[in-house]
Order: sequence, then C-alpha cells, then structure tokens
Amino acid sequence: MNKPQLARQKDASDFASIRADFPVLEQQIHGCPLAYLDSAASAQRPRQVIDAVADYYRHDHANVHRGVHTLSQRATEAYEGARESLRRFINAASTKEIIFTRGTTEAINLVTQAFARSTLKPGDEILITWMEHHSNIVPWQLVCEQTGAVLKVAPINDKGELELDAWKKLLGNKTRVAAFGHISNALGTINPVHELCAEARRRGIATVIDGAQALPHIGVDVRSIDCDFYALSGHKMYGPTGIGVLYGREEMLQRMPPWQGGGEMILAVNFEKTVYNELPHKFEAGTPNIAGAIGLGAAVAYLENIGMERIAAHGYELMRMASTALSAVPGLRLIGTAENKTALVSFVVDGVHPHDLGTIADHHGVAIRTGHHCAMPVMERFGLPATARASFGIYNTEAEIDQLVAAVGHAKEVLG
Amino acid sequence: MDIRQLYQDVIVDHNRSPRNFRRPETIDRVAEGFNPLCGDKLHVYLSVTDGKITDVSFKGSGCAISIASASMMTEALLGMDESEAEALFSDVHRMLTESGFAVDPAKLGKLASLASVREYPTRVKCASLCWHTLMAALMNTGAELALVSTE
Repeated sequence: MNKPQLARQKDASDFASIRADFPVLEQQIHGCPLAYLDSAASAQRPRQVIDAVADYYRHDHANVHRGVHTLSQRATEAYEGARESLRRFINAASTKEIIFTRGTTEAINLVTQAFARSTLKPGDEILITWMEHHSNIVPWQLVCEQTGAVLKVAPINDKGELELDAWKKLLGNKTRVAAFGHISNALGTINPVHELCAEARRRGIATVIDGAQALPHIGVDVRSIDCDFYALSGHKMYGPTGIGVLYGREEMLQRMPPWQGGGEMILAVNFEKTVYNELPHKFEAGTPNIAGAIGLGAAVAYLENIGMERIAAHGYELMRMASTALSAVPGLRLIGTAENKTALVSFVVDGVHPHDLGTIADHHGVAIRTGHHCAMPVMERFGLPATARASFGIYNTEAEIDQLVAAVGHAKEVLG
Repeated sequence: MDIRQLYQDVIVDHNRSPRNFRRPETIDRVAEGFNPLCGDKLHVYLSVTDGKITDVSFKGSGCAISIASASMMTEALLGMDESEAEALFSDVHRMLTESGFAVDPAKLGKLASLASVREYPTRVKCASLCWHTLMAALMNTGAELALVSTE
C-alpha cells in the first residue's frame, strides 16, 4: 500500500470519529440506520455546539452590553467572542464588519433595505443569476418595487454553470449591484466569486454573495474574494438555527442607515434626535440571539479544528462518489453537472416522481430533499417541476451513498 | 409500515396509466390546482348537464399519489350529481385526515386504497389536491379559471 492510500484511510477513520460527535445520527428510521443526506437544507449539530448552547444557558445567561453584573459580563464576552470567531473564520478585517442576523435571508434583506433601498434610483439595475435561491431573488424584487430599480438575470448553461460572458455583458452603465450565490443549493455549482467580484469592482458595482451553502464546505476569505457583502447561515454550518451573519465592508456599513430601530442600536435617545450606535451594533436592534451566536462560535471552532481543507476534500469526494454511483442507475439523470461543483447531487429518475422517491427513501432510513429547493427558476430552466437532492456533510459516509442507491432501485421497483 | 401499503397495485397502475388524462375540446367548468411545496400542478375539467357530471378529466404533473388520486377521482365522479360529488369529496377528505374515520369500501371503491396516505402527513396534500380542485371546478360556472393552492 502506498502512502496516499494510507493517508486516505487514516482520514476515513478520523471522519468516523467526527460522525460520533453527532448524537442525532445514532438512530434508526423505519428500522434502518439514519442516512441523513439533507445537510444543504439544514445540517446537524455536534455535541460541542449543543453543549456550548446548553452551558451558556446553565451558567452564564444575561442580557449583553447592558449590565455591570458578572453574568452580563460573561454573556457579553461570550457573544463578542463568537463575533471574533466569525471574523477570523471568514478573514474579515474587523469585528465591526460582522453583523449577527437571523440567517442568510435576513442578511440579504438587511443589504436590500439598508443599502440598496437608500441608494438605488429608478432605472438602476441589479444583476442576479438564474441559479439563485429565492432568498437572493425576492428581497431584490421588493427593493425594485420600492425604488424603481430593474432586476436583470444572468443565464446558466445546461450544466448549471453561470454563463460568464453573458453575465459580463449584462453588467452595464446602470448596474449598481451584482448579487450571486457562492455555491448553488439546487445544483451544487461553485461560482467563480473572485472573478465576478473583480469584474464588478473594476466597474464600481457593489457585490453581494449568498454564502449559505459555501461555509460548511469550503474555506471562505472575504478579503481575498473582495466582495462588499457576504451572507451566511449558522444552521447550514453545524450551528444553531435562527443565527447568521452579514459581513459588510466597513466603508459600506458606515454609509448605510440602520434598518431596524430599538435598543442596542443606539447611543443616546431623546425625542428630538437619536444617536446611533457604532458598528456592528448599529445593525443589531433589540436583544440579539445570544445563545445562537455562541453556538455558531462553537461550530466555527469545531470546523477549524477539523480543518476546512479536509472538509472540502470530504464533501467533494462524497459528491463525486454519489455522482458515479447514481449515474450507473438506468433512467437516472443528474441535474447540475458543473465542472466546479461540490457536496450535493440533484437528480431525477424516469417514472419516479421525486416526491415518491423521497417517501420510499425515508423507508430505507435515507433523508433526502425533494421539490424545487426554493429555486423555482432553476427548475424552470431545466423544465422540471422538482428534483431529488442528496446533500452531504462532514458526517456522511460512502455506505450511506450505497443506501441511497439501493433506495432509488427500490423506488423504481415499487413504481415501475 | 410496508411501503406497499402506500403504493398499492391500484395506485401504481393509475399512476402508470392515468384514466381520463386529457384536456377536453370544449371546456364547461375548469379549475387549476397547485401545490407549491412539491410543484404539483393540475387542471380538472368537468361537464355538467342537467345537474349530472357527464364528463370529467384532468391534466397535469405530480407524484404517483396525486396522479392516482386524480385518475380514480375521475372514474368515480362520472354520472354523479353535484351533491353526490360533494359527499364523495367529504368522505375522501375525512379518510385522508381523520385517524378514526372508518373507510367504507362499498362507498369509496378503489379510492379506499388511498387510506394509507393518512399515515404520511406530508403526503396528504398530494392526494387531496385534485379533490380541492374538483370543488373549485364544480363551483366555477364562469369562463374564468379558478385557482386553488394547497398552501
């Protein structure tokens, strides 16, 4: 046995110990071991994250940035410590650039309402792509209605890749914002975000990246990408639900008005004039999701400990193995075959509707997502009402891909 | 529960070869049903003459449960008057949603094969979409298309 194989084997055993960190996976569904292949919808949590949240509530909870008492200090330190963890994880220049939100959706809405709404004029253009999740479409439609701006959509090819030339052509004199996903949740395509941001930067166009699907799978460096805004969700990256981050370049955030008013975001209030708080608190009105932020900080520490390079290799390898195994099934067609792709496979099977496949797979203990994946334009582009999607996390194994393939075979048998 | 309880032969058969799967040349009453959760979309067409359903058909795309339910529905409805159709809707609806509901095969015929759908709460809308669409079509005596959504 040569060295690379040995290295791979060692890594496989390490990933088996990673799996043991996830208590929810230790169960049977319909008498079969649970194969959770729906991490793109929401990943599971390791006990390190669960414990961090529980420990916080057991020992340290108080409101943040308010009291002088010990618990308030502890809560504030833990909450701001999580902000620093997120800053480090995505290599932002300062914690002023890390705004805690409820998730990616709220982060994008913050950009559309605080930035776009205050700057766009009638006739200005926003460029998105055909592969966006609804959360990177609908907030832009709303701000178009509010400002008279126009939404433009860059096409994708039959492999599910952004058509770069067409995208560049659509960047015009009136384009003010370019928004795109880092990794497509419906297709797995990885967009060339460095190139897109460089092109937009040359033309003075603001860039907004939906990074919900990227953080769990690849290392993200917002300064290297050179984007203006980057949105992420905690629950996709093994953290709690209801917490996410908007990264914004400080210069942009400083210029933006607040988008929600209340406590926390102010320095002084009287009835004539209110002085807003400094970044990042200016954009965090009300008592924040303290436990969520602490849990997300724990998730970041967990991922850093494993190492994003190893995680990226694992996700890519599972995608590649699943693509090969599923392609061998007669009548099965992969949807989304981009050259640069990771961590999920979308597919359809002749004679088996994805919804039926989802129910039959569940009987095999296999959890997959079926439907339009909140990306109806993608479905329309491929002329499909729905697809089945198997998506992978750090805890998934080759055996679970076999379990999925067996379930697909059984679905064909039941409905054939 | 065995998956064959859900996907009984009669359901598989109606999915593979749906009955009355067509758009009529002249449309008397029509409604469109849509399930945003899974993207199922179908049209139900009815001809009502002297209070009786003289033609019923459907067209659309959906999972096996939704296609089989619509196919069996069209077979069951032919010749019924409007109140009988409403009573059948009510029975099917109760069968799909009420755990204690005793299915009467004499009354429901093949449709009784959908009883197991009740055990799959996320799939009930698949089976009921065509029935809600039917009710909208029955009431839709104008030329406009009636729209039904399960959400």
